[in-house]
Order: sequence, then structure tokens, then C-alpha cells
Amino acid sequence: MDLPILSIVIWLPIAAGLLVLALGSERSLLGKQVALGATVLTFVASIPLYTGFDSSTAAMQFVERVPWIERFNAFYALGVDGISMPLILLTTFLTPLVVIAGWQIIKLRPAQYFAAFLLLEGMMIGVFAATDALLFYVFWEVMLVPMFIIIGIWGGERRIYATMKFFLYTFLGSVFMLVALIYMYLQAGSYAIADLHALPLGMNEQVLIFFAFLIAFAVKVPMWPVHTWLPDAHVEAPTGGSVILAAILLKMGGYGFVRFSLPITPDASQALDWLMIALSLIAIVYIAFVALVQNDMKKLIAYSSIAHMGFVTLGFFVIYSAVTNGGEEGAQLALQGGMVQMISHGLISGALFLCVGVMYDRLHTREISDYGGVANTMPKFAAFMVLFALANAGLPGTSGFVGEFFVILGSFQSSFWLAFFAATILILGAAYTLWMVRRVLYGEVRNEGVASMPDLDGREFFILAVLAVSVLLLGIWPAPLVEAMDETLGSLLLQVTQSKL
Amino acid sequence: MESVYLTIVLAPLAAAIVAGLAGSRIGRAGAHWVTIIGVAISFALSLYVLYGIVFGGLETFNGPVYQWAEVGGLSIEVGFLIDRLTALMMAVVTAVSLAVHVYTIGYMHDDPGYQRFFSYISLFTFSMLMLVMSNNFMQLFFGWEAVGVVSYLLIGFWFKRDSAVFANLKAFLVNRVGDFGFLLGIAALLLYGGSLDYATVFGQAEALSGETMQIFEGAEWSVLTVACICLFIGAMGKSAQVPLHVWLPDSMEGPTPISALIHAATMVTAGIFMVARMSPLFEYTETALSFVLVIGATTAFFTGLLGIVQQDIKRVIAYSTLSQLGYMTVALGASAYAAGIFHLATHAFFKALLFLAAGSVIIALHHEQDIRKMGGLKKYLPITYWTSVLGTLALIGFPGFSGFFSKDALIEAVHASSLPGSTYAYWCVLLGVFVTSLYSFRLLFVVFHGEERMDAHTKEHLHETPAVVTGPLIALAIPSVVIGWFMIEPLLFGGFFDGAIFVREEHDVLGEVGAEFEGALAFVTHAFTHSIALYMAAAGAIVAWFLYLKRREIPGQILARFGALYRLLVNKYYFDWFNENVVARGTRGTGKLLWKLGDQILIDGLLVNGSARAVGAISSAARGLQSGYLYHYAFAMVIALAVLIGWFALRS
Repeated sequence: MDLPILSIVIWLPIAAGLLVLALGSERSLLGKQVALGATVLTFVASIPLYTGFDSSTAAMQFVERVPWIERFNAFYALGVDGISMPLILLTTFLTPLVVIAGWQIIKLRPAQYFAAFLLLEGMMIGVFAATDALLFYVFWEVMLVPMFIIIGIWGGERRIYATMKFFLYTFLGSVFMLVALIYMYLQAGSYAIADLHALPLGMNEQVLIFFAFLIAFAVKVPMWPVHTWLPDAHVEAPTGGSVILAAILLKMGGYGFVRFSLPITPDASQALDWLMIALSLIAIVYIAFVALVQNDMKKLIAYSSIAHMGFVTLGFFVIYSAVTNGGEEGAQLALQGGMVQMISHGLISGALFLCVGVMYDRLHTREISDYGGVANTMPKFAAFMVLFALANAGLPGTSGFVGEFFVILGSFQSSFWLAFFAATILILGAAYTLWMVRRVLYGEVRNEGVASMPDLDGREFFILAVLAVSVLLLGIWPAPLVEAMDETLGSLLLQVTQSKL
Repeated sequence: MESVYLTIVLAPLAAAIVAGLAGSRIGRAGAHWVTIIGVAISFALSLYVLYGIVFGGLETFNGPVYQWAEVGGLSIEVGFLIDRLTALMMAVVTAVSLAVHVYTIGYMHDDPGYQRFFSYISLFTFSMLMLVMSNNFMQLFFGWEAVGVVSYLLIGFWFKRDSAVFANLKAFLVNRVGDFGFLLGIAALLLYGGSLDYATVFGQAEALSGETMQIFEGAEWSVLTVACICLFIGAMGKSAQVPLHVWLPDSMEGPTPISALIHAATMVTAGIFMVARMSPLFEYTETALSFVLVIGATTAFFTGLLGIVQQDIKRVIAYSTLSQLGYMTVALGASAYAAGIFHLATHAFFKALLFLAAGSVIIALHHEQDIRKMGGLKKYLPITYWTSVLGTLALIGFPGFSGFFSKDALIEAVHASSLPGSTYAYWCVLLGVFVTSLYSFRLLFVVFHGEERMDAHTKEHLHETPAVVTGPLIALAIPSVVIGWFMIEPLLFGGFFDGAIFVREEHDVLGEVGAEFEGALAFVTHAFTHSIALYMAAAGAIVAWFLYLKRREIPGQILARFGALYRLLVNKYYFDWFNENVVARGTRGTGKLLWKLGDQILIDGLLVNGSARAVGAISSAARGLQSGYLYHYAFAMVIALAVLIGWFALRS
């Protein structure tokens, strides 16, 4: 591989974003075309990351490395392994769909809107591709800016409150991570993540660093009790913002845990796994109850996201006790489950937010009680929404099942009760999702507004169909995804179960 | 043969996809033709497989189709296990499905969702086949949930009706409670058996029977007991056993062909099939078997009682289904798996027949389901009537009819069992025969005999239903009558299930029953002289005749005399009341509490906005300090100096 593919997929959307910004909203159609072209091109450019990926090694691939800030021994270093490659593909796959979704909807400053998403895409890929901690940190922080703008300008009524909350939470979290990174740089003399993995650390240091990371990543996931920014942000964000937020931004937290917390502070992770497991189970059970009583569709899906992300963190931190009680196979199952859940949740939550967006564009309300009987007027839409709802409820044959299945099987290796509480999602997840479906889609047409809703147009149909196919494909045949990650996760498991003390 | 098995599964799936996605393009006739052809192919090939396996020396097939995923050395595959148990199930499923497909042409004739309906029932056939043909737990769970989802979609097929979309959500959630247990059972088997593959896990059953695990501190439980009870909780959901039976009567909100196909003949028997399939595991845990026995017996008797007080034609049959599923479960608990499967097979035919006959009545009366508005239909609907009579006789176990063979053998087997709970179970199934006969004949008499209670307008248009409706009735009536003669000997005593169902010697109750078996004819004549069950059934029929034809005022008097009992039955033992008022309300209340108190007051109010307010308060206090007046600062300095000097002075 001679082409710097990772650099291309990072900088192509960013450059296109600047171009769209320069074109301005007067030439918005051209801007949109550029945006679409660039995101599609980025997706195409990212395909070799999968086709050329060597799944038999855990080493970084498609590596690029040039000195960046020599004073700090920081490098512009990129690379992907089984953990980051699927996340990058998820990003490049979803962004074009988001651009299409905003095509006719965004009337206010369209150029800036599409530019923001393009910039965001490049930065998000940068986060997943960076193998240098300083570079990672820069992307991690800069990425907040376009998201902040997306919610703050194209958001709903309480967008200022939501943006402030979003920004303060996530920014506060990252500050601690920066401190931890600088501390480790002073020890190791390098920002290379691989060097940090190898850095010997005492237990006290590990615990402090673990908590510094925890604050940063827990906010992003988000984990209970630092989750309350998410429902607010989702409710106020425009549809595209919600999709990217749920589908990709939340995954940064999960990614952080596997890339930093577990391998850098393995002993602290092991000593504190009970805390992480407890928080994950609270997210799964407590949040599911909260989701049940939401009246706002976006809030409901936001809470559902938190519960589903609880599976990710559960899968990641259950590995220690799973190894002790069951064996490495079970632990790997849990780890795989967490990763698959991230990808799958990206598709499903994205799709559900798009579904809400489709209805919002027609009736301009997100209240469940304003709908009812939508299936009568929008049968095609209803079919899609039922499919995504069932996927969200973890139906086998859809991607939503795979991760949950693995995590539940893996947690049973640790303890019966862990699996017991985790498996309540089968009941509660179905309850909140399908109860919403019942109230929104089924029944007689509830009011004139619903009666006048036209069914999906070609653009909407295309987006939902693409997502539906991927959700089904991943559920029927998850092997390619699982295989791509398996070697990396296996070696990660070895690494994180090896004490640094 | 692998391609044959694949075709059996994929033909209905392909048909479902075509009818579902291209429904408007191929039109109504196109939709029913494509799905009927799909299912007919499956049916023909299933018969071919069954024939081959029974007579043609076809080997048991156990092999993968494709690798679903491989995680750290654990391979999870989609694959088929085709043995005699599977082959029999495939034949039953596709046969009933085909009959229902044809019947649907008539029943759903004017429905705007015609194509969607055909797509769903074909999809169901696919899911059910995936379930029975699986050779591993992952695929079993897939089929298990997939049939649940299609059932959800079909109960709510008329999604404009509030009662239908209530019932389908309820059905799905109750089934999910079962699936919750089911998944934990699978997880336990993976942990201790190290695989999701049937053969591997079964191979270790004996070794596992000594292993224990701790769930509660200090209590060591057998691993297999825990796993089997968890699996059986899944079966309780799908096969509607008490207390997870509550969804089945409500599922009657769906169109009648569905009630016949899914909620009588096939899906609800998935639990029975599953336990029989898992017999190598259940055999090593008597605790789990006893559990199965008691739950089944309770379901068999107590839900049967409810059938007596129902006024909706389909609900009577629904309670009958519950009760009969209880019978099958009892057989499983007594280790008479083959008897359970036998009853499953005969029940599939006569219960599908009864449902479709009820559907025929419903069509004839323009979608009237209340039996108080029927009566005397015998002369208007002769084919429906006579097929109903045959179905009823099969259901109550009239000697010579299919239900007789399966039920009598089953009762004898329970009688022979010595597990804890078997005496209770024996009495339940025996008394259940009386109850079955009572509600069945009540239904027959009230609907087809006696005075005509329809309104004049309905009576004018009353005539026998079209051939697409009566055809399947006749087609199902034939096996309902005769199938027992052929099946009893090979299935129960002839070692038909050797290798597919495993029974330990000390549990071999069917062997005991079989020792006295001298052919089907002797079995019938023997019943006339020796079977208590037969007298029970006769008593039930006579009581029904007396109460509902002869002295029609008596039921009212009984009702007045035993009001409390009647209310208990009409309210279905208050299960629904409990679920709605305690479980559902409690859940929503918990949700509200956690949301308002946890998220809004504690986290957002106190911590998030509270810290924002605290910052605000501190800053405004700090702002007050910086007044800009020189004398304020001087004053502060003087005071500070005084305090400092004082402090130093006091210290020294």
C-alpha cells in the first residue's frame, strides 16, 4: 500500500468542508453536491481499509508516521487495527447518508451545515486512526467544535442550554485525560500509544490515570451518572446531528476504554472492574426503566442508546472475572460483544433517529402523543421503523442481536447474576421500543396531521433501505466483522490480563 | 441431501420476500400463488425426507451450512440436524402451513392487507423450519425469536384495532420473559458445555450431571438443573404454560388462519419440541423434570376450566389449546417425550381443524365471534359442522380418533411415572379429560345445535363457506381421524425416535406402557373396558348435553349459586389483573420515579445545575469583594493584620 489511505480519508472531507464553506450558501446546491461527492469519495477511499486488511495480525496496518512536533517527540502517526478499522468504516459509511438526509431539510445556512459535517467526519476518523496520543487528543478536542456548532445553530428551542451542557461535560472530561497523557509523556518520553501501553506503572499511578480516563470516556459513552447531557443534546440537535452523535460520537468513549484504559492501566482496570460493571448494569437496568416513560421520541431513543452502550462497557470490563471463572474464550466473547454492539448500535440508533427525523419533518413534533396510526398513511415508513425497532430490541437476524448475545454469554462466564441483569434488556428493551412503535405507528389515524403525512420519498427510502440492508446483513452474517476484530481483540485480551506490576 | 434441506427452508423465505416486497406488483393472486408454491415445495420435500428417513434408510444429517461467526476459537455455525424428530416436525409444520395458506385465500378474501398476510405466513413457515431444523443453540434462538416476531406482526395484523395492538405487544413481552430464561439457559450450557452445538453439549450431559454451580451463597445447584429450568422457562413462554400463558387467549385478536397455524398447531408447540430435543439434558435432572411435570399438569387442568366460561368461539378453542399444551408438557415431564410429540402431531391437525372450522363459522356470520349469537348452524354449514364434530371427537379422545391414541397413551405414561409430582399430574390430566369434553361439547352444542340466535339479516345470507375454506377443513379432518392408527405403534413403542430422543432406563415409562401394548386395535378395545379417561370424557359430553341443550336454565342457576367461583374463572384467576395493575403499573411507576427523582432532581438538579449555581453564587460573592473602593481594601487589610498579629501573639 503506497497511498496514504488514512490521510486521504481524514483530509479529503476536511478539505471539502473548507471548500463548501468558501462556496457559501449562495451556491448551496453546488456546495451540497461537493459535500455529497466528497463523502461518497471518502467512503470509497476507505473500502481498501477493509479489503486490504490483514485480519491475521493484531499489528497496526496502513501505518503513516512523520515527525509533527519534534520538541515534544510527537508524531503525525496513523494506523488501524481490528478495533479502529470497523469504526472508521462506520463513520465513512454513515456520513454520506447524513448528507443526503439533510439535502432538502436544511434551509438555514446550508453551506455551513454541510461544511460542519465534513469537518466533523475528518476529525472523527482522525480520532480512530491516530496512534499518537497527542494527535489523538487534538482530534478529540477539535471535533467538539463542529458538533457544538451543529447543535447550537441548527438545533431546537433550548439549543443553547443543550450545547452548553454538552460542551462543558465533554470538555471537562477531556481535561483530565490531557493531564494523564502529559504525566505519562513525562515518564515515557513519547506520545506513541504503543509506548504508553508498554509503560510500567505502579498501582497508585494506574488508579489515578484510570480515573482520569474514566471521566473523559464515561462522559462520552455516556455512563450513568454522567449521562444527562445526552438526552438534552439529542432532543435539541437536528436529525443529522443526532445521527452522528449517537452513531459515532458515543463510540469514542468505548474506543477510549479499549485503546487506553484497559491496556495502559490493566491492574487498575482489574481492581476496579466491579465499579465499571456496576455502572454498566445501572445503565442497562435503570436507564431502561427511564426510557420506558419518555414522551419524547428522541429522548426515548437517547435513553435507549445509554442502555445499549451499557452493554459495551459491560462487555469490556467483565473480561477479568470471565477469565477467572470461565476462560479466555468467554472473555473474548464479551469483548467481541462490546465491539460488535458499538458498530451495530451505530447503525440502529442512527436509523431510528432518521426515522424520527422523517416524522419530524412532516409534523414538527417529537411528542409520541401527537402521533398514532402513522402506519395507515405511511406503510413503507412503518415497515422500516418496525424493522429498526425490532433490531433495537435485539432481534436475532439483525445486528442488534449479535453484540447483546455475545455480551450476555460472556457475562454468564463471570457470574449468573451479571448475565441475569444484563439479559433484562430482552424484556425492557422490547418494552420501551415496541410500546413506542405501538403508540406512534399503530391504531387509527389519530389526527389530521397524521392523516396528511405523505409516505417516504425516494431520498428517504434510499437512506433507510441502505441501513436496513446493513442491519440485516450484519445480523445474518456477522462473521466478516467478527473475523476482522478477532485477532486484535485476542491479543488485547492477552495484554490486558498481564499485570504491569 | 443438503441442497434439499436448504430448499425446504429457503422456498418459503423466498416466497415471503417476493410477496412482501413486490406485493403490489404481482397482485393478490400472484402473492398467494408464489407463497403457496413455496410452501408446497417445502411440504413435498419434507414428506420426501420423512419417507427417506423412515423407510429409505436415509442417514441422520448433522452438518453446517455456513459459519455465522468465530470468536476466539469458538465457532458458531448455522446448520441442520435432520433426524426422525426433525423430519416429523417438518412434515407437520409444512402440512398445516400449506392447508392454512389455501384457507387464507378464502378467509382474507376482502382484506386490503392480503399480500402482506401471505408474506407473513410464509415468513413464519421459514422461521419455524429454521427452529426445528437447527443443530445448535444460536440458530434455535434465532428461530425461537423469529417465530415470536412473526406472531407479533400477525396478532397485530389489523393494526387499527386497539385490542389487536395491545394483544401483540403483550404476546411479545410475555414471550420475551420466557426468552430471557431461555438465553440464560443457553449461556449456562456454553459455560459448562463449552459449545453452542447440540451434539457437543449433549455428549457431555452425563459428565455435567455431577457438576454444581452457586447462584445463591451457600446453595450448590446442579448445573443441568439450572440450565434445563432456564430453557424450560423459554418453553413456558412459547408454549404458553402457567404463569406465562396469559398472551395466548389475547392472541386470538389476530386473523383466524393465524390462530390455527401459529397459536395452535406450530409455534406454540416449539417449546414441546425443544424439550424433547433437549431430552439428553433433561434426563439427567429429575428436579427439572418434576418442575416441567407440575407446570404442565397445572396448565392442563386449570386453563381447561377457563374454557367453560368463555363466550367467544375462538377463545374457547384458545383455552383448549392451552390445556392441550399442558398435556404435552406433562408427557415431557414424565419422560414420555415421544408421547408428547405424538400428541403434538395429532393436536396440530385436529386443533388446526377446529380453528379453521371456527373461522368458517365466523366468515359465514360476517365476523361474529360471540357464541351467544349463534346456534343451530348445523343445517346451514353442514361441512363445517361435520368436520367440527370429527375435530371435537379427536380432541376429547374418542376411541379410534387420533387424539384418543395420543392422550390415552400420555395419561398411562404419567400414571406409570414415579417422579415427585406425578400423582398430582395424573389427577390433573385425568380430571382434565372431563373438562375438555365439557367445554368442547358445550361449544359444539351452543354453536351448531339448539335455537338460532342470529339476527334476521345474518340468517338470510347464511350459507356454507367456499371450497377454499371447506377444502382445508376436509383435508385436516382426515388425519385428525385416522393418523393415530398408524402412528401410535412406531412412534411410542417402535423405537421411531431412537437416537433423536434419549430416555434413561429408570425413566422409561413408555416402555412400561408398551409392555402391555398389543396393537392399535387392542388399544382401542381395551379402552372401552379399562380406561377411566373414557368415562371421564363420556361424563363431560353428557353434562354438556344436559346443561346446554336439555336444561338451558341450569347454567344460569349454577352461576348465581357459585358467583365467586364464576368470577374467579371469568377473571382468569386474576392473572391479567395482576399483570396490568402490579407488573405493568409498577414498571411504569419505577420508570417515572427513577426519571424524576434520579435523573431530574438528583443528577441534573443537584449535581449538574447545582454545581453551576454554586459556581454562580461563589462568583457573585467574589464580585462583591472587589468593590474598587480603596477604603474597603484598606479596611480589609487592617482587619487581616489584626487577626494575624493576634494569632501570632496567642500562639507564642
